[in-house]
Amino acid sequence: MSERRSTDTKINSDLLKPVHHPGWGWYATVVVSALVMLAAAGALGYQFRNGLGVWGINRPVFWALDITNFVFWIGISHAGTLISAILRVTGAEWRRPVTRCAEAITVFALMIGAMFPIIHLGRPWFFYWMVPYPNERGLWPNFRSPLAWDFFAINTYLLGSIIYLYLPLIPDLALLKSKSRGLLRKFYGALSLGWSGTELQWDRLERAVRVMAVVIIPVAVSVHTIVSWDFAMTIRPMWHSTMFGPYFVAGAIFSGIAALILAMAIIRRVFHLEQYLRPIHFNNLGLLLLTMSLIWFYFTFGEYLTAWYGNEPEEMAVFNSKISGSYAPLFWASVICCFIIPAPLLAIKRLRTIKGTMIASALIVVGMWLERFLIIVPTLTHPKLTFNWGTYAPTWVEVALTAGTFGYFVLLYAIFTRLFPIIAIWEYKEGLSIEAPQKDTSPEITPRLEGATS
Amino acid sequence: MTEEAKSKRPQWAMVIDLDRCTGCEACVVACRVENNIPTVGPEEAAKGRSINWIRIESYFEGEYPDVKVKFMPVLCQHCEEAPCEPVCPVYATYHTDEGLNAQVYNRCVGTRYCANNCPYTVRFFNFFDPKWDAPLEKALNPEVSVRTRGVMEKCTFCIQRIRKGEEKAKDEGREVRDGDVVPACVQTCTTKAMYFGNIADSESEVSKLSKSNRASRLLEDLGTKPKVIYLNKGD
Repeated sequence: MSERRSTDTKINSDLLKPVHHPGWGWYATVVVSALVMLAAAGALGYQFRNGLGVWGINRPVFWALDITNFVFWIGISHAGTLISAILRVTGAEWRRPVTRCAEAITVFALMIGAMFPIIHLGRPWFFYWMVPYPNERGLWPNFRSPLAWDFFAINTYLLGSIIYLYLPLIPDLALLKSKSRGLLRKFYGALSLGWSGTELQWDRLERAVRVMAVVIIPVAVSVHTIVSWDFAMTIRPMWHSTMFGPYFVAGAIFSGIAALILAMAIIRRVFHLEQYLRPIHFNNLGLLLLTMSLIWFYFTFGEYLTAWYGNEPEEMAVFNSKISGSYAPLFWASVICCFIIPAPLLAIKRLRTIKGTMIASALIVVGMWLERFLIIVPTLTHPKLTFNWGTYAPTWVEVALTAGTFGYFVLLYAIFTRLFPIIAIWEYKEGLSIEAPQKDTSPEITPRLEGATS
Repeated sequence: MTEEAKSKRPQWAMVIDLDRCTGCEACVVACRVENNIPTVGPEEAAKGRSINWIRIESYFEGEYPDVKVKFMPVLCQHCEEAPCEPVCPVYATYHTDEGLNAQVYNRCVGTRYCANNCPYTVRFFNFFDPKWDAPLEKALNPEVSVRTRGVMEKCTFCIQRIRKGEEKAKDEGREVRDGDVVPACVQTCTTKAMYFGNIADSESEVSKLSKSNRASRLLEDLGTKPKVIYLNKGD
C-alpha cells in the first residue's frame, strides 16, 4: 500500500510540475508565440480598417488563404475527438496519456479555424446574421446554403468538444484545488464543481464521458463533411465531387494525428515527461498515421484519376495546372510530404521511432496545408469561361494571418498546459490500477472464453 | 424553359445578336455611367479588382493572317436556376417574381460564395470603399445606390429603368410592351445588337428572337436556364 502511495505522489508531482514550475522553455514559447500572434492581430486590424483589398484575392479567386486556413485548422481539430473518442470507445489502454493532449488540440484548433469564416467576410461585423433569431430584417438564415450548415456544424462541434475536454478534467481540477491556495484555489474549486470523488460521482462521470465519446464521433465526421460540401455543392470543376466528404474527413484525421504527434513530442521534451509519453505511444500513433497516409493517397489517386480519365476540358484545365502547370511544384511537394516520405518512414519499424514519427508528422502538417490550398485556388483560377482565368499571389497580410494562426495555437496550448495537467492524472492512475489486478484475473478469463465458444 | 412564367409579372430577358456585335464596348461605358460603378485605377484593375457589370469577351480563332475574332458581351445571365442563389447564407441574392436575379446590398455580408458558384464569373466584390476619379463623382446617378466595401454587386438589368417602365405602363393602364424598358447597354449599342423585353409576352421582340434557330444560351448544358439569349449564325 505504501508503495502505491509513493507512486501516486510521484505521478502527481511529475504531471503537475508543468503547472507549478513550467521552466524557461515554457516562458520562451509563450513570448515567441504571443509576438507572432500580436503581429497577426496587427495585420487583422489593418485589414478591417482598409478592406479585403489588402489581401491578394481578386476576381475570379475570391477565396484563398482564408479558406485554406479554415479547412486546415478544422482538419487539425479532428486529432482530438476522433483519436481520443475512438480509443476510448474501443478501450485501447495505451490511450491514457494521450487523450487530453488530443482533446485540447481539438478545442484550440477549432477556435482558430472557426475564426476565418468570420474575418474573411466583406462585412465581418454582420457575421451574426448567420444566427437564426427573430430580427428586424424579417429573415431567417438561408438553410439551403452550405455556409449556414457550417455555422451550425462548427458550433455544435465546438460546444461538444469543450464538454468532452472538460468532463475528464474535473477530477484533476479537484486535485489541483487541493494543491493550490488563494485565488487559484477558488478558480479550480469553481471549475471542479464540488468534486469529492464519491462512488456516485465517479459512476456518473464515467457514464457521461462514455456517452460523449460516442456522440462526438458522428459530430466530428459531419463537421468536416460539411466543410467539404462548401466546395462539393458548387458546380466548379474539381470541386463538384461526390467523394469530397470522406476525402476531407480522412485528410482531417490524417493532419490531426500528425499535429498530435508533434504536440506530444514537444510536450515530452519541454516538460520532461519521457516516462509517460513513451515510444509505444509514438509507435501506435505512427501506425495510425501510416494508415491515414495510405488512405489519403488512395483518395487523392482516385480523385485525380477519374478527373483525368473523364478528360473534360474544364476539369483538365484545373488538373493540368496542378500536375504539370503553375501549381505543379506545390502539388508534388504535397504528395512528397504526405505520402512519399512519410509512408516508408512510418512503415519500417526501425524508422518508426519518436524522431521518425516527428519528422513524418511535420512533413504531413505542411503537406496537408498545401493540399487544402491546392483544392481551393487552382479551381478558382480556372473559371469555365476561359476569358476570365486569373492568378493569385498572397500579400503580407495573408501571410501574417497564416503565421499568426500557428502563434495563436501554440500560445493557447501553452497557457492550457500551465493551467491544467496536459496528461490526465486520474486516467493514468486508473490505468495502473487496472493493469495490476489484470494479471491475477487473466487465467480466469481464459476458461470463460473457452466455455463461450464451445 | 424560361418561357414558362411562374408568375403573371413580366419575365425580363435580353437577346444579344453576336453577328452584329463589333466589340466597341460602348455598352460597358454606358453601364458604368448608369449604375454608379466605381473606378479602381490601373494597378487594382491589373490585380483583377475592376468592376464591369458587362464585359466584352474576345476569342481569337485561327492563325495569322487568317484570324477571326469573336466578341461576346457577357453580363449576369439572370439564370432561372441560378447557382449563386441557394449558396448565399443570408438571402442577399434571390430570385424575384419577374425572373430577375436580385442582389440586396444591405443584406450582403460578403462571403463571396455566390461569386465562386457563378459559372459565368459575372459577380463583383467591392474590395475597398468605392471611389471615382474627379470629376466622375459629380455624374453619379441618383436613382442607383452606391455600394459600400465588402458587398457583392452585379448587373441588375437596370432595375431602376424596369421600375420606371412598369410604372409608366401602369399609369397608362396597360401591360408593359417593347420599348417601355431599355437598359443602358441596350440603349447605347451602336449596332443595335441588343434587345430587351418581356419574354413571357409572345408578341415581344425578345420572345420572337429567342425562338430563332440562331438562338442559344451560354453554358446551356449546366441547366442554369439563363435569361440572356445569344444569336449566332454558327460556323
